[in-house]
Amino acid sequence: MTAFDLIRRGAPQDCRPWTRFLLTRPQWGALAEALAADPAPELMALWAEPAMIHAAFRSPAEGGLLLASCPAADGRFPALSPARPGAVRFERMLHDLWGHVAEGAVDLRPWLDHGRWPATAPLSTRPGAPPFPVPQPEFLPVEGEGVHQIPVGPVHAGIIEPGHFRFHVQGEAVARLEARLGYLHKGHIGLMLGKPARAAARFAARLSGDTTIAHAWAFAMAVERALGVAPPPRAVALRAVMCELERLHNHLNDWGFVCNDAAFAYPHARCGALREGVLRACQAGFGHRLMMDRIVPGGVTDDLAPGGAEAILAVIAVVQAELPALLRIYDSHASLQDRVVGTGIVAPDLVARFAAGGHVGRASGRGFDAREAIPYPPYDAWPPEVPLLETGDVDARVRVRIAEIGESIRLVRTLLADLPAGELAVPLPQRAGEGVGLVEGFRGDCLHWVMLDEGGVVRAVFPRDPSWLQWPLLEAAIEGNIVADFPLCNKSFNCSYSGVDL
Amino acid sequence: MLWPRLARALVRPPLTDPAPAVSADVVQALAERLDATAQARLGRSLAIRQVDAGSCNGCELEINALNNVVYDLERFGLRFVASPRHADVLLVTGPLTRNMREALLRTRACTPDPCFVVAVGDCAVDGGVFKGSYAVEGGIAAALPVDLVIPGCPPTPTQLLEGLLALLDAQATAKTR
Repeated sequence: MTAFDLIRRGAPQDCRPWTRFLLTRPQWGALAEALAADPAPELMALWAEPAMIHAAFRSPAEGGLLLASCPAADGRFPALSPARPGAVRFERMLHDLWGHVAEGAVDLRPWLDHGRWPATAPLSTRPGAPPFPVPQPEFLPVEGEGVHQIPVGPVHAGIIEPGHFRFHVQGEAVARLEARLGYLHKGHIGLMLGKPARAAARFAARLSGDTTIAHAWAFAMAVERALGVAPPPRAVALRAVMCELERLHNHLNDWGFVCNDAAFAYPHARCGALREGVLRACQAGFGHRLMMDRIVPGGVTDDLAPGGAEAILAVIAVVQAELPALLRIYDSHASLQDRVVGTGIVAPDLVARFAAGGHVGRASGRGFDAREAIPYPPYDAWPPEVPLLETGDVDARVRVRIAEIGESIRLVRTLLADLPAGELAVPLPQRAGEGVGLVEGFRGDCLHWVMLDEGGVVRAVFPRDPSWLQWPLLEAAIEGNIVADFPLCNKSFNCSYSGVDL
Repeated sequence: MLWPRLARALVRPPLTDPAPAVSADVVQALAERLDATAQARLGRSLAIRQVDAGSCNGCELEINALNNVVYDLERFGLRFVASPRHADVLLVTGPLTRNMREALLRTRACTPDPCFVVAVGDCAVDGGVFKGSYAVEGGIAAALPVDLVIPGCPPTPTQLLEGLLALLDAQATAKTR
């Protein structure tokens, strides 16, 4: 019996648009074994409630997601990490936030909990006392002649988010990199619980500031599906315009920074100037440079400002006009190409095993893009062309993003040319429901699950940033490379710290 | 090719915006504070070390934008440095997560005096939307005395420039007395 057949034998729960199947614990254990035998089903997310474990899977053959749950009233459940390496960090997080122990797990060291909170397992019904003294982190050991460690962070040399990187180095080559994150844990989930959907949306918009649009949209989509309402067509089109502008400004930014990390300043300067133009057009069109809080469950808060469309069209014309020249410069400088080609390679089979999305997946042969694979309005009418490369190096990730810049420009033009008239938002009915939203942000697929109670208040929620399934691959990408190439690898991924620290 | 473009850039007008004006009240308040503490004189230059103490990364995007050619922060004598040991200013964002408290305090301990602490963004002021969470301290002032606050979610690069210029002007005013 396949893993998906096993899931479908569970008791169906009313989650929209994908049914959630409630399994018994033996069924979940059998699922874990079936997953070990069948590599096809992808683990997209793993999360919890105080007495329940939830997982989202995707079968590339079937399209769509399948959700499964396992009761964990006693705080124990069979681990999925022996079958799916992407489950490792989720299981460590489940232990730290809810106190659930994954039995047979590959790794149960603390993850988000650094021993600094007033209580352990803060989201469980019975939080515990914090440890004393504060425990020191343990890193995986490395053996060999001349191996030494380089600790980096959490406060980094650049203006980036905090995280600790522990390098084990032999000569110049990295033998192992291990990341320790969690420094940005703000208690997102705890803050969203008990709040009306509109209020909780402000936290979804601040899960990762650079992805504020995609996360706010995915959360709004989950709420709308849970309540069985559809946002008006004009709101849908404006959301997509904002999302493509967000993709555009982030891709420009990171392309420039990758070049800068190879000490090649010109593309960085030009990308920075172009991106600033995009942000000013966002300000002109939507009243906020990052367009924060413009997407709410039910629709959008503001219409496109007068003159906004013209400002956006003008700036994307400037970006489009300069792209070929920038690409020629990127291509024609051996000193730059030498740094990016063949650096930080992620093998296609690793990307497939982790179900890594975004440019990390698409540079290593996994062509998943939620806009095309599991289309949602308006992309069902205007699907993007999805670039796909196999080489998996820094250069491939950059080229996927350059191709996506062109696609975003085309989509923004298409959407603005045919902007539907009508309302900006629909009122939300006050009733219970459960829904999943999946939106392709610039980093990859943002998956939000939400459960509302009869009062329309958030009873349970999980926002899954795409970086959950990309961060572990950074550790694989740097292996055997030199330490000096780590900034290039890191920037070509540009995983979110805040998004996974919750 | 790169070289023709660089050559053309030499004869074109700059992309950089004119500098924003600074509020006289802010300058006055800061000048008095500096005067009272009689800090050692630094000259009209500030080295800034940015510390993310729990931000969503929105503030970092806008702080990074200060370095682009349009805002060109270095023309004001302000520059970002890679180590707190070289810094006069700690530019701190985020609601101060409990997991970042020790790192922030250690960063401050590495920064030579006099050191100005600037809290950037609504979260850094009092925790912002994250106020009340078990995982945050609720603003930078919970761990360090704050000299200047630049609110906003996130503050725009122009607002950041205004705040930093006020700090610079205050320092210059204190020096000439």
